[in-house]
Amino acid sequence: MDFLVFQYPMITLQACLDGILLGVLFALIAYGMALQWGVMNIINIAQGDLVILGGYIAYFMYLYGIHPAWGVIVAPVIMYFVGIAIYKLVINKVVDRDLFISILATFGISILFMQLMNFAFGADVVLANSGYGTTMLFDNNVVLPNSKIFSAFISIVFAICLVIYMKKSKLGRAIRATAQNARAAKILGVDTEKVYAATFGINAALCGVAGALISITFTIHPYMGLPYTIRSFMIVIVAGLGNLPGVAMSGMGLGVFEEFADYILGTEFRIGSVFLLLVLILVYRRFKLSRKREYLK
Amino acid sequence: MNKNFILYAAILIFGLAAPFLFPAFKVQLSILCVLIVLATTWNIQGGEMGYNSFGNILFYGLGMYLCASVQVGMFFPLAEWTESGGEKTFVHTPTQFFQGMAVGLVVAAVVPTIVAGLIGYSILGLRGHYFAICTLGLGVAAGEISGGIEIIGAGQGFTTPPFPNVGSLEARGEFFYFLSFFTLVFTFIAVRSIYSTRFKLILNAIRDNEDKAEAMGIETMKYKIIGWMISAFFCGLAGGIMGGLVGYIDSTDVAFDGREMGVFMVLMAILGGKGTLWGPIIGATIFHIFKEGFWTFFLGWQYVALGVLIVVIVIYFPEGIMGWLREKYPERFGEVVDEKDRKAQVELK
Repeated sequence: MDFLVFQYPMITLQACLDGILLGVLFALIAYGMALQWGVMNIINIAQGDLVILGGYIAYFMYLYGIHPAWGVIVAPVIMYFVGIAIYKLVINKVVDRDLFISILATFGISILFMQLMNFAFGADVVLANSGYGTTMLFDNNVVLPNSKIFSAFISIVFAICLVIYMKKSKLGRAIRATAQNARAAKILGVDTEKVYAATFGINAALCGVAGALISITFTIHPYMGLPYTIRSFMIVIVAGLGNLPGVAMSGMGLGVFEEFADYILGTEFRIGSVFLLLVLILVYRRFKLSRKREYLK
Repeated sequence: MNKNFILYAAILIFGLAAPFLFPAFKVQLSILCVLIVLATTWNIQGGEMGYNSFGNILFYGLGMYLCASVQVGMFFPLAEWTESGGEKTFVHTPTQFFQGMAVGLVVAAVVPTIVAGLIGYSILGLRGHYFAICTLGLGVAAGEISGGIEIIGAGQGFTTPPFPNVGSLEARGEFFYFLSFFTLVFTFIAVRSIYSTRFKLILNAIRDNEDKAEAMGIETMKYKIIGWMISAFFCGLAGGIMGGLVGYIDSTDVAFDGREMGVFMVLMAILGGKGTLWGPIIGATIFHIFKEGFWTFFLGWQYVALGVLIVVIVIYFPEGIMGWLREKYPERFGEVVDEKDRKAQVELK
């Protein structure tokens, strides 16, 4: 196993490329999570379920004969309003409260979504076929589906658009101001309630984009949400809030890790290894922080 | 004290008579006992210590697998048992069954306690939401990994030994009911006596302000680990009983069922009132009645109802039933209230 890199260079390369293309998608979801965490101080367990819901939107477009790639435009629009609705119904009541309350409340939303999707769309594993074909590299040893390249490209485009929007637009500035100091922003005339709703809506829209891309590239299933939440949480704690290059890098790193775990341990341990990695990262972080604390003593 | 004694005696007598009064609900009553045990022990570190864990399901599932494995492995080769699936290749005699169950329950209680002690130092150093998410990850990871291990049945599940034929058809239900009921009584007595010691005050100090507690000279880490170990002990025990009761263990749907049981524990404790002795018991009872009613009459929509229930409880009743009662009748809880103060508050409203 140790010599995988040298024995099978093509498999290694394949795993790396797959992982990086996958990681870009994770980074997009994680960016949404970092946004709402930073602005509203909320950890949204339902993040993954929003992703899956976005995926189903694209899948249904595919079923009705529209090319699923258009889901990239349609899903975020629908998901934006879904996000605002969730905010108005639930999240605005837990924003100022204990973080655990928000975790539990969004856990409830997650279970609700999971089951509603199960009713509405059935418990089958589905994918929207984009018909993009594949790209062969290195004498046909490395196979890259074009849909993966497409999805990575679209994610990067959306991320760049969002960064520019956050920098330049009025709402973006209001969001950043609220993230820095909600009270001060309120005093200076920012309607924080609106900012929160918009933040949650933008986050849901990002999830919608990612979901549409996932339904093209991989498969979706009503119960597959939680791993996406955990992945994005992991990326955010590794990268830190508001560190966009960090989010991109750790997203890709996670993607590569997953592909290797898939090759080495087997597909049945793939999700398990992601969750285990989360535990390890948190424990590592705890020991690192505690050393810092001891130093201060 | 006298009044309490009558209350306890009444509950005990009711508990002992229940399987004969409601013979059709024996399994439900046993599950209720297990749920109360889970909620009460979740409350030790969730309510009293302030460490909201989604990961007690880890100990529950561990206990379930361990109890069943020991029960089988003591007499028959485990690998062949799981390979044969549900078919009864080997049959336990009554003596073997009860011996295996007894040893299995001891192992199911002790090993999770040790596991909690071992991982406690690294996990309990996390604070707040990091702890919650980390334990959530731990529970799900355990489920995914145990679903890939061949010897305990992997994805196809593990059939626990069927109850031996001891003459009466009712014996199985009665055995499991009394097993879970006495576990509940044992848990209640243990938790009650823990709550009357200094240990509870230390846990509350950790909940209220951990840094301050540490500054006051309390070795917080030691007590946090002990608190978690107590939780793990009873969770493992409950898991072992539940495994025998359900008769079939599946890695993600029965044992490490973070989506159901793992959330139920938290929800029951919150519904009843975190950080009280009776809260989780009341919460678990109400929750179980509600759940069974829903499961029976609205089959298929139960998880939708569960999701809505979680959101509603968390948003509107974060203090739970006991917390609400406490606010309404503070005198009953031994709090001295100044009448003037109360009136002033009412006027302010």
